[in-house]
Amino acid sequence: MPSRRLILSYPPDVVQEPVTYQLVKDYDLKINILKARILPREGGRLVMELSGRKTDLESALAYLASLGIEVQTLVREVRLDKDKCLSCTACVPLCPTGALQVEEDGFEVILDHDKCVVCEVCVTVCPYRAIDIMF
Amino acid sequence: MPKTIGEINQKIKTGQVVVVTAEEAVGLVRDKGVKAAAREVDVVTTGTFSPMCSSGICFNLKQPVPKMKFGGGRATLNDVPAYTGLAAADLFLGCNALPQDAPRNKVHPGLFKYGGAHVIHELVSGAKVDLAAEAYGTDCYPLRERRQKVGLEEMNDAVMMNPRNGYQNYNVAVNLSDKTIYTYLGRLQPRLGNANYCSAGVLSPLLKDPQFRTIGLGTAIFLCGARGYVVWPGTQHNPDPPRGDNGAPLVPAGTIAVMGDLKMMSPQWLRPMSFTGYGVTLAVALGIPIPILDEEVMARAAAPNEELFAPIVDYAEAYPQGTGEVIGRVSYAELFSGAIEIEGKKVPTGSFSSFSKARQVAGELKTRIASGQFKITRPVAPLPGAVGFEED
Repeated sequence: MPSRRLILSYPPDVVQEPVTYQLVKDYDLKINILKARILPREGGRLVMELSGRKTDLESALAYLASLGIEVQTLVREVRLDKDKCLSCTACVPLCPTGALQVEEDGFEVILDHDKCVVCEVCVTVCPYRAIDIMF
Repeated sequence: MPKTIGEINQKIKTGQVVVVTAEEAVGLVRDKGVKAAAREVDVVTTGTFSPMCSSGICFNLKQPVPKMKFGGGRATLNDVPAYTGLAAADLFLGCNALPQDAPRNKVHPGLFKYGGAHVIHELVSGAKVDLAAEAYGTDCYPLRERRQKVGLEEMNDAVMMNPRNGYQNYNVAVNLSDKTIYTYLGRLQPRLGNANYCSAGVLSPLLKDPQFRTIGLGTAIFLCGARGYVVWPGTQHNPDPPRGDNGAPLVPAGTIAVMGDLKMMSPQWLRPMSFTGYGVTLAVALGIPIPILDEEVMARAAAPNEELFAPIVDYAEAYPQGTGEVIGRVSYAELFSGAIEIEGKKVPTGSFSSFSKARQVAGELKTRIASGQFKITRPVAPLPGAVGFEED
């Protein structure tokens, strides 16, 4: 099932619209909210992963556009700076999806972007501050 | 046939020395037996690259005109306070020091973005930092205020001076409480969510000479890229811990005080660290050569992760309250595997000591010895608790 990670930028006037509900009900999509900051009168941003049938995804994107919600694809979200990272492995047990793992032979810490859900736990756990978020 | 330090140094000089890392030693002893390995190998190198909180630098600043007495005054480097209780121009900067206006843990958990360790790293990287100093002024040192960019060039001497490094073994930290806690062993999730440790295990210097037969005062070491020395037992050095059959302590035990020339160090081998909710500290690269004097030294230097054990301690209650309670013991082989079992629960592990970097430290020390750049020393006095140390 195709899935896409998107950043939705809400204008202030659509805050009242139950967007996620519509996406589930009308377009049969699975939704995983990764990050949300939406305030009345200010609008905001919602980062989420949508999965569903290709045609449903396309119709859902058209629905979002009709509301005036700007949609961007989320690309390469979490960055691991290999110069700063000493591969201490402090981040590994706290990563909920196993995206940060220890490579077996070299004991180097590696980041699997496909598994990362941008929960950001690792950012303040890394004592070398080698991990940051790129939007 | 036992070897002496003099004989090993002669081999280093003539390029005949045989050096292996403590990790390689494990396989060698397994394959050939301890007798053959002890005959073949002259030096085993160890290494660790790990937070070592009791670290700092002592430096002497070149005098301006007119002269100034820092002693009894105040000084900061990039707003991080340095200790001014020494003579006119000797200052000390600890790696845990924080800028005066740093938010610390006012909003918990604080991020501790900058501190003494960052200043030390910048200096070693060749950068200049802002010195701001106030003095009370004397007839011989009239200057009362000084603001200047200073780097290693503005220092007559700069040494790393660490009262406690190289902990022999360390606790595995867990959290038995119901809320997340932030410690010097990282963020610990409630109800045994994770287990954090901090040792290079099979490569950890003091675990490989567990009863200090060869490591003593005056032992030359690899310290952040420079040649340094063991200068004293470290603070909190415990000479008499419970030990396994192989002599390795089952709890955090021995420590060493070390010094080395800061001007010879490399930014690659020391790194500032920020522990959320806890503070700033310095990761130090430390490597110690172990001269293989006889089979016993060889056997102990080749102790594998399976035979080195760390205690599991609850950092929500037992550690802060000092109860001394240990939940259990676990081998470094289990810790390195990525998960351990505690009270029937599988708990993922993480380390603050970098094993991949520990390998590089032990490898670098091996290269320096094998190429004749690094000669080993005969220590002049034993560490407390030493067994079999040969004094003159």
